[in-house]
Amino acid sequence: MCLGAALSAGGAADRAAPVTLAATGLTGDDGPGLSRYAPVYPLWTDGAAKRRWVSLPAGATIDASRPGAWVFPAGTRFWKEFAFGGRKVETRYMEKRADGTWLYAAYVWNEAQTEATLAPARGLRDHADAGEGVRHDIPGVADCAVCHEAAGRDAVLGFGAVQLAPERDPLAPHAEPFEPGMLDLAGLVAAGRLSPAPADGGASARITARSPRERAALGYLHANCGTCHHPDDEAASAGLWLRVAPGEAAGSHAALRTAPGRPAGSPVEGVPGGAGLRIAAGDPGHSALVQRMESRHPLRQMPPLGSERVDREAVALIRAWIAEDLPAVHD
Amino acid sequence: MKMGIAVLALAGLGAAPAAAADDAAQSRIERGKYLVLTSGCADCHTAHKLGPNGPQPDETMAYAGHPESMVLPPAPKLPPGPWLFTGTGTMTAWSGPWGTSFSANLTPDKETGIGTWTEENFVQALRTGRHMGKGRPILPPMPLLPLSHATDDHIEDMYAYFMSLTPIKNKVPAPLPPAQ
Repeated sequence: MCLGAALSAGGAADRAAPVTLAATGLTGDDGPGLSRYAPVYPLWTDGAAKRRWVSLPAGATIDASRPGAWVFPAGTRFWKEFAFGGRKVETRYMEKRADGTWLYAAYVWNEAQTEATLAPARGLRDHADAGEGVRHDIPGVADCAVCHEAAGRDAVLGFGAVQLAPERDPLAPHAEPFEPGMLDLAGLVAAGRLSPAPADGGASARITARSPRERAALGYLHANCGTCHHPDDEAASAGLWLRVAPGEAAGSHAALRTAPGRPAGSPVEGVPGGAGLRIAAGDPGHSALVQRMESRHPLRQMPPLGSERVDREAVALIRAWIAEDLPAVHD
Repeated sequence: MKMGIAVLALAGLGAAPAAAADDAAQSRIERGKYLVLTSGCADCHTAHKLGPNGPQPDETMAYAGHPESMVLPPAPKLPPGPWLFTGTGTMTAWSGPWGTSFSANLTPDKETGIGTWTEENFVQALRTGRHMGKGRPILPPMPLLPLSHATDDHIEDMYAYFMSLTPIKNKVPAPLPPAQ
């Protein structure tokens, strides 16, 4: 399906989206049939505190034929709440329609924190204080599609085998605690919600790497970069693949094949002497990947949207991985 | 003989749908050409040369974007006042508060044009205003607002037309941030 069709449908759905968050089925902190979850590697959104819920239709299963690209049943719903400074700002909502397209909506919390109402289809720029002089944007429907719609996979991000691995990663930047009652891979298997269920119960979903730091680095890149940088969209990814596939052996990840020692595709801000490398093993200062992560200029920054503050904790992790771990295996 | 006639008849049956598909593809290209011409895409995506009748499109560079061979000095800094942006005589490079932008190569060259773009990439770029629908913002003076009113079918027709062009190898520079 062409994205344009999805967006057109999204527009129609936008008109049909419930006017209030409560009408989507999330009331207060819970709702019937809802489960909370927390990905092992959270997406950075300028330090927003997030809570997430999922609702699968009764008796339906997720098609897990491709372990790295689950397909969700019609009627699946997701919610993600964003808070800054202890105040809820917005809750995003996705619902899979019977025709396989997704409805996207964002709900904006009121001053009293008692109700969230549907945001305009074009979103709201500079809506809330996100700290460090940055204002948080409520995304428009087209903004949602930039990340969620892509060839070769369903629209859900952050709810897959790698992100729901039962074993948490203590080095994952901004890791969120796994709380009692949350859903993870083991819980999905136990509930019979995956078809086929992984033979190992999901143990291989844990990222296997050559060092604990490399595991966390690959997980961060998977969550924050792998949405676009994956082989299903060769042109848009520019051949830089940062998504982790469940069960990959240590040292064999696509990121390790497509980044270290490979020339960067465009000039890199602040790097003298030409384009530089995507990753220069041992030299994070001359690695385009780091330069892009440290930039928040609209023409240079990565990710290109959804963040206006540099993720310093993640930059420190990636810098240390490049400086200290990679030289041991890359000349 | 009868067998021969039967074979010919079957071949004819097979050819009809293929011919219809070719006609449909050609119609899309023709519609796309009409839309591209009337939307003025060539105004910026084809380099212009100054001739006796003023700026004329250089057809040898049709839709190939800013000429790779034209290396520009830094854009002039404008004094405070109502003048906001400047452009080159080729009409392929523009400088303003957003930085310096260079018109893209829309020919189907796989290395420097849109040859590797899918139809979805193309539609997504115009819908989201982002490079390939995912990356950096597409910069002024790209007329994203009027194009946002185009239907998916029309954008797909324009893509079909661009992909039917002769590929031109011309690597357009990446946009530059505003001078500090």
